[in-house]
Amino acid sequence: AMDTDLSSQDRKDLDKFIKFFALKTVQVIVQARLGEKICTRSSSSPTGSDWFNLAIKDIPEVTHEAKKALAGQLPAVGRSMCVEISLKTSEGDSMELEIWCLEMNEKCDKEIKVSYTVYNRLSLLLKSLLAITRVTPAYRLSRKQGHEYVILYRIYFGEVQLSGLGEGFQTVRVGTVGTPVGTITLSCAYRINLAFMSTRQFERTPPIMGIIIDHFVDRPYPSSSPMHPCNYRAGEDNGAVLPSVEDSQEVCTTSFSTSPPSQCVFTVTKAHFQTPPPVVTDTLKVPVMGLAFSHQLSSSRLSYQPATLGVGSADMGYPVLFAGALNAAHPHQLIGPGKEGGVPLIPSQPAHGTQADQERMCTPVDGVHYSAATPSSSEDTVSNSSEGKCGSPHDLLETIFIRKVGAFVNKPINQVTMANLDIPFAMFAPKNVELEDNDPMVNPPDSPETESPLQGSLHSDGSSGSSTGNTHDDFVMIDFKPAFSKDDILPMDLGTFYREFQNPPQLSSLSIDIGAQSMAEDLDSLPEKLAVHEKNVKEFDAFVETLQ
Amino acid sequence: AMLAVLHTVLLHRSTGKFHYKKEGTYSIGTVGTQDVDCDFIDFAYVRVSSEELDRALRKAVGEFKDALRSSGSDGMGQISLEFYQKKKSRWPFSDECIPWELWTIKVNVVNLANEQERQICREKVGEKLCEKIINIVEVMNRHEYLPKMPTQSEVDNVFDTSLKDVQPYLYKISYQITDTLGTSVTTTMRRLIKDTLAL
Repeated sequence: AMDTDLSSQDRKDLDKFIKFFALKTVQVIVQARLGEKICTRSSSSPTGSDWFNLAIKDIPEVTHEAKKALAGQLPAVGRSMCVEISLKTSEGDSMELEIWCLEMNEKCDKEIKVSYTVYNRLSLLLKSLLAITRVTPAYRLSRKQGHEYVILYRIYFGEVQLSGLGEGFQTVRVGTVGTPVGTITLSCAYRINLAFMSTRQFERTPPIMGIIIDHFVDRPYPSSSPMHPCNYRAGEDNGAVLPSVEDSQEVCTTSFSTSPPSQCVFTVTKAHFQTPPPVVTDTLKVPVMGLAFSHQLSSSRLSYQPATLGVGSADMGYPVLFAGALNAAHPHQLIGPGKEGGVPLIPSQPAHGTQADQERMCTPVDGVHYSAATPSSSEDTVSNSSEGKCGSPHDLLETIFIRKVGAFVNKPINQVTMANLDIPFAMFAPKNVELEDNDPMVNPPDSPETESPLQGSLHSDGSSGSSTGNTHDDFVMIDFKPAFSKDDILPMDLGTFYREFQNPPQLSSLSIDIGAQSMAEDLDSLPEKLAVHEKNVKEFDAFVETLQ
Repeated sequence: AMLAVLHTVLLHRSTGKFHYKKEGTYSIGTVGTQDVDCDFIDFAYVRVSSEELDRALRKAVGEFKDALRSSGSDGMGQISLEFYQKKKSRWPFSDECIPWELWTIKVNVVNLANEQERQICREKVGEKLCEKIINIVEVMNRHEYLPKMPTQSEVDNVFDTSLKDVQPYLYKISYQITDTLGTSVTTTMRRLIKDTLAL
């Protein structure tokens, strides 16, 4: 009787695995579309928080969205979890690019061992997902986002809707894992008809095509839910949905087969829901940011910090948490601007490891404590990490700052982007791309400026790159960037080429005066030349003979 | 030539990754990953975050690349990544290496005349690589065979435990170059062929 029915422990485990698998899947997908390179560290000591033995960061916002969509349910037959990736241009046009589906079908594999084989296969599947997410067309699009478009995500649960992908979309299967309750399938349907993009750009006015602005236009978090660009989700949602529950049970198995599992408490969602991130979020507007930054010292390194650093003190608690929640975002966001060639808002570090990374640097490795590899660390981690030289709280604040940029995406990117676009436009032609939202103009223009003074004042010696001057530069500098040329392949893009070769000097031979003069000279010198040649007749003849 | 090499490196990385797992005293460590952008091809891939592993692969590929280079400009070659298990034999026989999975990548060196061709090639190779990654993932998903998880005493027969942060299955890389005349110049690492034949 034992084989056919799943033991209750197995069942519980299986449900947990599936749930976390779903959450991790979403993380991988969204992170792969943030536009930056991801880097996490390997660690030989299990921390208990790295599900499936993979170091996948948990961006709290994303987890939150995913949990919201799932609403306590698990993928089942007819109820699939879908992550929709879409692109939205600065004019507000949007287009669905991909739908990633996590589905369950009825085909059960009763024989399979849950705690072992299923777990490992889920791990393998996540690795496959990591690989596949870099291979679909949307990846390259997402790496270039920020200027003319951004990538958004939306999670929904229920029936898969593929109609928005246009004709001829393709499907790639990432993999399947059989379990005693059904077979989990992970696949991606992606649009191949991207014609929309280029034609649109042409239809619209040149400015989009031409003007590149500001690089610090972030990689905002892709959005979530009804095509609502995700920003840091205004208080409303977050405030309401703070499931402080469920956490204590999030345990991640770290050992298998022969020995009893060493269960480390894996508090996934704890910290970032603890305190009103919404509050902080909302105040992404300048003043609060200012407040947050006043705490910042000279740290110029961006790192993914354990959220609970300094969680004790009232002062720090606030920004810390915020940062904690935002952490995952920043690393990604930072790199973006830098990569685009502009001056990064804040000196970005090349490949910031995960928080785990940071922790390791700060303190002696102590596996157990680092179970809080995610923002939601326990108090232990606080003391552990803070003694490190990380200067973390400051880093955290720094990151908050960055996140803010992204946050503006709230009014879809129109806001930020247009803000940036606005000024260059003024300098050029009156390219007034009509935006849906006109009031964005109110706020956004401030933001870049605000940021720089903030930056200037807040960053003490340590930070270099991101200091004041930059933002200004960003506004002034204009790149003629034709939409149809790929600037990251050719060393010289069409725009540069055009500019450089716009006014070539005249060919000297075409100039009449000079031509006339030399002509006369030529004529005069002819007799001399002839004489010389006649002298060498013999040589010439010999030469001619060799040719024959 | 460079393209061919990177092509190879990429596929290697992607392949190896799936099997990596770290095990220590009955618990398994964490594998980190990182994105890598290719310098010469329009392609990005994910690899395991392990410098040691990266170095080992780069070294093997570097050798392959050199061999390809020295074989002439239009050479062909293939590089193989094999996963094997060791089986201890009694003295005086040496341990057997029993392969359980073999990946072979065939490579052609292409000469490109100008920048434009190179550009086109970059893109095409990038696309091809995308297809290859999908293929690899498909194969991985078949769950055809994986060695059983070993006990501690057996772990070295299944896994390469020499790396400090990750633990791939035991593997070896070998390659062979076919020069333009079509003859095969084998530069295999040790017992690959012998073992295969023995089976």
